[in-house]
Amino acid sequence: MKKKTTFKQWLRTWDAGAFDMTEALTEAVAGDPMPKEATEHAWKEKPVEGIEEGEIRIFTRFYPVAAAVLCTVLIGFLLLTVAKLPAFGAADAPAHNEVMQRYVEQGMEETGAVNVVAGVILDYRAFDTLGESHVLFTAATAVTILLMSLGGAVSPVETKLERNIMQKDPLLHSTVRIMVPLVIVYGIYVILNGHLGPGGGFSGGAVIGGGLILYAIAFGFDELDKILNFKVYRRIVLASLCFYSLAKCYSFFCGANHLESIFVPGTPGMIFSAGLILPLNIAVGIVVACTMYGFYSVFTRGRI
Amino acid sequence: MDLIELFLLGLLVVCGITTCLTKNLLVSLVIYMAYSVIMSIVWVLLQAPDLAITEAAVGAGVSSVLLFVTLKKLRDIRKKAEDEEKNNL
Repeated sequence: MKKKTTFKQWLRTWDAGAFDMTEALTEAVAGDPMPKEATEHAWKEKPVEGIEEGEIRIFTRFYPVAAAVLCTVLIGFLLLTVAKLPAFGAADAPAHNEVMQRYVEQGMEETGAVNVVAGVILDYRAFDTLGESHVLFTAATAVTILLMSLGGAVSPVETKLERNIMQKDPLLHSTVRIMVPLVIVYGIYVILNGHLGPGGGFSGGAVIGGGLILYAIAFGFDELDKILNFKVYRRIVLASLCFYSLAKCYSFFCGANHLESIFVPGTPGMIFSAGLILPLNIAVGIVVACTMYGFYSVFTRGRI
Repeated sequence: MDLIELFLLGLLVVCGITTCLTKNLLVSLVIYMAYSVIMSIVWVLLQAPDLAITEAAVGAGVSSVLLFVTLKKLRDIRKKAEDEEKNNL
C-alpha cells in the first residue's frame, strides 16, 4: 500500500499542474491510486518542452481562479446596480422628466412621425444618429479593408465540390425560392413603415441583408455579382451617406437660423409624412443591407 | 404573463451559461442563436418591438452566419495545416 500523500507533496503536484481531483479523491477513499489509464483525460495538459516543471504552470493555474473571482465581482456589481434601478414603467423614474413628456405629447405634431422612437432618433436626436452612422461607416470600411487585404492570402472557404453540392440541393433551393422574396419584401415594409410603427432603417436593412445572404448561400455569388459588385457597393454606400449628411446639414442649418424647412411634417399616419424621416430611413436601410451582404461576401471569399 | 417572462429569463441564463461552457464551438453557436431568439421574444414582452426586429435580424441572423463562416474558415485552415504536416512526414 502506498504511503499517504503529505500536504507538501500535494502542494508540489498542484504547483506543477499535475494535480488530478479524481485521482486524489479515489486515493482518499480507496487508499490506493487509480490505474494510470483511468485518469488520463483529454484535457490534461501535456508537459511543454523547454519549460521546467512548475515554472510557468503556476500562472496557468492562476487564470481560472482570477477569472472566477473577476466574474463573481462583476456579477455582484451588476446585480447591485439592477437592484437600485427604479421598477419597470414606474412613474417616478428619473427618466420620466419634462423632456420625455415633450417627446410623447408633442412628438407627433412636431416631427410628423407616429412612431416616437423614429421621431427621437431621426429628428430630435438626429445629430447623435449622424455621428453614429459615420462611426459605423468607418468601422465597416476598416473591416472591409482588413479582410480584403487578407483575401488573396487565405484560400476561399467553399471548394468547388462543396459549392456544387450546396447549389444542387433541391430542398435548400425551393425553400430559398419561397423565402427570399418574402424576407426582402418584409425588410422593405419595415423600412418604409419606420415612421408609422416599429421598425426603421437599421432593422429593415438587416432583414434585407439577411435575405441577400440566404440567396448567396443557396445560389452562389454569380447572380448577385451582376447587380451588386464592389463598384456598385461603393457607390451606393457613399451616395447614401452623403445624402444623409447633406439632408441633416440642411435641416440643422434651417433649425439653427429659424428658417422654414422645405421638409414639412405632413399628416401623421400617411406614408409620405414625417419630413426627412422616410428618406433617411431608406438611405440607412440601403447602407445596412449592402454592408451586411458585403460582410458575408468578404468573410466568405475575401472580396465583394 | 409573469410566468412566461420568468421562464424565458431562466432560459436566457441557461443559454448564456451553456454557450460559455460548451466545448464544441458549433453547438455553442447554435445555443447563441437560441439566446438571441429568446432575447427578441423578451424584447416584445418588454414592449420594445423595434429592438425585437433588430435582435432577431442581427443577433440570430447575420452575426450567427458570420460566426458560422468564420468557424468553417478556421476548420479549413486547420485541415490545411494537418495536410501539410502529413505531406512533410
